[in-house]
Amino acid sequence: MTVTETAVTISVDGNDVSVPEGATILDACTAAGIDTPTICYGPTLTPVNACRVCVVELEGSRTLVPSCSRPAEEGMVVSTDSERVNHSRKMVLEFLGSGVDLSQADELNEWSAKYGAQPDRYDNPERMNEDVKIQDDLYVRDYDKCVLCYKCVSACGDDAQHTYAISMSGRGFGARIATEFDVTLPDSACVYCGNCVAVCPTNALQFKTEFDLREAENWRPEDQSVTTTICSYCGVGCNLELHTQDERIVKVTSPDDHSVTWGNLCIKGRFGWQYVHGDSDD
Amino acid sequence: MADLHFTDAVATDGEKAAVDLALGENSGLSLEGERVVRGGASRRRGLRHLLLPALHALQKESGWISPGGLNYVSEVLQVPPAESYGVASFYEMFRVDTEPGHDDDVVHVCIDAACRIDGADDLIASLEREGKHVHRSPCLGQCERPPAVFIQGRKKPDLVPADDDPFELPQAGDEGLRLLKRVGVVDPTSLESYREHGGYEALTKAIDMGADEVLAAITDSGLSGRGGAAFPTGIKWTAVRDAEGDEKHIVANCDESEPGTFKDRLVMENDPFALVEAMTIAAVTTGATNGWIYIRGEYPQATGRLENAIAQARDAGLLGDDVAGTGKAFHLEVRRGAGAYICGEETALFNSLEGFRGEPRNKPPFPTTNGLFDQPTVINNPETLLNILPIVLDGAEAYRSVGTDGSPGTRLFCVSGRVATPGLYEHAFGATLGEIIESAGGASGQVQAVLLGGAAGSFVTADSMDLPLTLEATREAGTTLGSGVVMVFNDDDDMADVCQRIAEFFKNESCGQCVPCRVGAIRQHEMIVAIGDRPMPADKRELHEDMVQVMADASICGLGHTAASAIKSALALGLIGANQ
Ligand SMILES: Cc1cc2nc3c(=O)[nH]c(=O)nc-3n(C[C@H](O)[C@H](O)[C@H](O)COP(=O)(O)O)c2cc1C
Ligand code: SF4
Ligand code: SF4
Ligand code: SF4
Ligand code: FES
Ligand code: FES
Repeated sequence: MTVTETAVTISVDGNDVSVPEGATILDACTAAGIDTPTICYGPTLTPVNACRVCVVELEGSRTLVPSCSRPAEEGMVVSTDSERVNHSRKMVLEFLGSGVDLSQADELNEWSAKYGAQPDRYDNPERMNEDVKIQDDLYVRDYDKCVLCYKCVSACGDDAQHTYAISMSGRGFGARIATEFDVTLPDSACVYCGNCVAVCPTNALQFKTEFDLREAENWRPEDQSVTTTICSYCGVGCNLELHTQDERIVKVTSPDDHSVTWGNLCIKGRFGWQYVHGDSDD
Repeated sequence: MADLHFTDAVATDGEKAAVDLALGENSGLSLEGERVVRGGASRRRGLRHLLLPALHALQKESGWISPGGLNYVSEVLQVPPAESYGVASFYEMFRVDTEPGHDDDVVHVCIDAACRIDGADDLIASLEREGKHVHRSPCLGQCERPPAVFIQGRKKPDLVPADDDPFELPQAGDEGLRLLKRVGVVDPTSLESYREHGGYEALTKAIDMGADEVLAAITDSGLSGRGGAAFPTGIKWTAVRDAEGDEKHIVANCDESEPGTFKDRLVMENDPFALVEAMTIAAVTTGATNGWIYIRGEYPQATGRLENAIAQARDAGLLGDDVAGTGKAFHLEVRRGAGAYICGEETALFNSLEGFRGEPRNKPPFPTTNGLFDQPTVINNPETLLNILPIVLDGAEAYRSVGTDGSPGTRLFCVSGRVATPGLYEHAFGATLGEIIESAGGASGQVQAVLLGGAAGSFVTADSMDLPLTLEATREAGTTLGSGVVMVFNDDDDMADVCQRIAEFFKNESCGQCVPCRVGAIRQHEMIVAIGDRPMPADKRELHEDMVQVMADASICGLGHTAASAIKSALALGLIGANQ
């Protein structure tokens, strides 16, 4: 990392790291080559620092601090591998595992293994207990898999789509992502941009194509290929990544770092490919 | 406003009228609304901060937040309906379900410790036999008169039946009273009476002294916050005075929902002008022009008395565009909460007042620079503010003449449970736990445990009667004064039941935002219920310790940090889970 005039230097696990002013502790950890677990953080989203899996120990702070949102300040001394840090990360993952279906949350499961989470330590834990919501042909919402990371809310709202179709509702363990009065998506403000699906870390939101293939036990990521193209619907020039399996498009994404989309698309780019196959209803 | 999407549900005429009335000059759909964004000063320009008053109006009119009513409010205030729903569903006093019973008054009965050991269950059973719509409520802030009741009226004002009983301060006439000297003496509805009892002398003096001198006196007095965190008030006020900002705010945190706490209610009900005066001193000292009293929704009498006090002060030129001839403006408003303990956490309170879900914000940045509407804000507990009056009038030295070096001055104690005369007591810091209980007529029965500092505090046993109640001594003893709660349990009380309820309280009151608290609080409750009055196996003790640590280390706010502390102390003291 080149040191610029406005760089700040902090110590991470005993090594000095310089990052541009405004960068977070997480950025500094990444610059230092340290892998930090994150759930609610997204490179294109305003940090909500809700999941707490990214916490680090900051000298002088009574509690651990979320690295994803805490700006790096000159002279900070940070530990990412202390007993306290590892304990909190383990417990956050363990807590999530005790109540949420993480069967399709591959990255979380890797971290859970790394930190030694034991979600089965709890007797009869209350779980999310939600049925899958299948309300249209485009994507499904399976809140049994939801870790309440707010990413979909941010993507639907201030950070990308400005549609505000969904919000956090309720309180405590009863909190859920919902439309007003839980009306169906077609009745809500949703415009089917699929940007919420793109940011969901646990597959609680997934394309109907993927859901159907999984139900049919025919979802085979290892057999899928990705083709990059430019959306032909309008002149904006969004980058599309077409994921295909058995020569059929199974989902469409856009790269997070693409300067036009930042990972976001509209209904045409995201779902318009159904017309490519001439059968929107398979 | 065209880009908001609404379902077909339409508000009734009654709902529209009720909302329009609540919004006053901001009512109606002719507004040039501006889309409000999360974060940043652009929030201030929106109308979103009127969401809570509008939802209160809907709830009163229809007995719930109906889909049509929600659409109307959302359209008028230009809030996306999904977000309005997210807000409405956050609060205990708002119903968003379609279960029957919307037409009834809701009788809230407290089921927290002081009331559950004193008749709450029987009262609920008899009310339900009468066919009343009962809501089991967390502490209603009336722990000195259990079992506590609050009636949320349908199409009529809310009511606390016990407010009709004559009020008497147990320490009435005590020469040593500083903070309570007017309580029970002054006519709380009259500015004239307040002035006759020394009211507004402090404001006059503060204006003469000027900001620097007032800030110096507060700093030298050693006053620290009484809302639980004991932060030095002088540092806070000075930071706001020094902060850059066109608009600054003074907020009185009157959410008072810590189980066992009722001090702020009694002060607001019986000496409301004192709070208004102290906030005005804060305003002229720091340069704030807006003041907000955020009061819990279950305090109708205190709300009415504060509104009356504000109106009288405004009429007398003590609030408004020109405060007491200084040329400085200070506009003060009362806002009601709607049943959510977490909204007493300062940044959750800001979000709640702004019309967002009462979820705490991450700190830093701190309220002194980024508070209400992202602007510099002083937020204080009413008891803290009350201390400003004697500090300004008599100076720091006189203020420090009682109490200890580390904890100067006096403290209000909310004494409840098994004592002869439960109530509000003022003592110099340093009085022992035993002395405080004695002042309330002594314990009834053999003391089994005392809950210090509220549900977020911890238990001590009869061995701690000589503990001086100061910040430093309680910290050293591993406990806390918190919000001044001293709740006494005797040998007949079922501590397993009390602890289960404390665990349930945190489960219910967690805002749900962060994983350590949202999941930790429910797992703790499940564990404590499963243990009941049986011994706690070693592996479960270890698991509880693991939970305590992540909640204290990694939660966003104080609720999660302290949600396991009372249970932890009960386990350590053998009040629950002991092997016998
Ligand atoms: C869960 C929670 C609830 C709180 N409730 C209150 C409250 O009802 N009243 C209050 O003054 N402070 C409450 N606080 C503390 C406030 O966050 C804040 O520290 C206080 O209002 C500052 O005022 P002070 O400095 O005068 O004490 C609460 C804190 C937490 C974490
Ligand atoms: S698909 Fe787009 S508009 Fe619909 S909920 Fe998701 S982010 Fe919001
Ligand atoms: S649905 Fe997915 S993105 Fe949304 S809160 Fe749940 S886990 Fe996060
Ligand atoms: S600690 Fe609890 S109350 Fe505080 S932000 Fe986290 S979930 Fe909400
Ligand atoms: S990734 Fe930092 S708190 Fe969730
Ligand atoms: S009112 Fe019942 S415990 Fe406070």
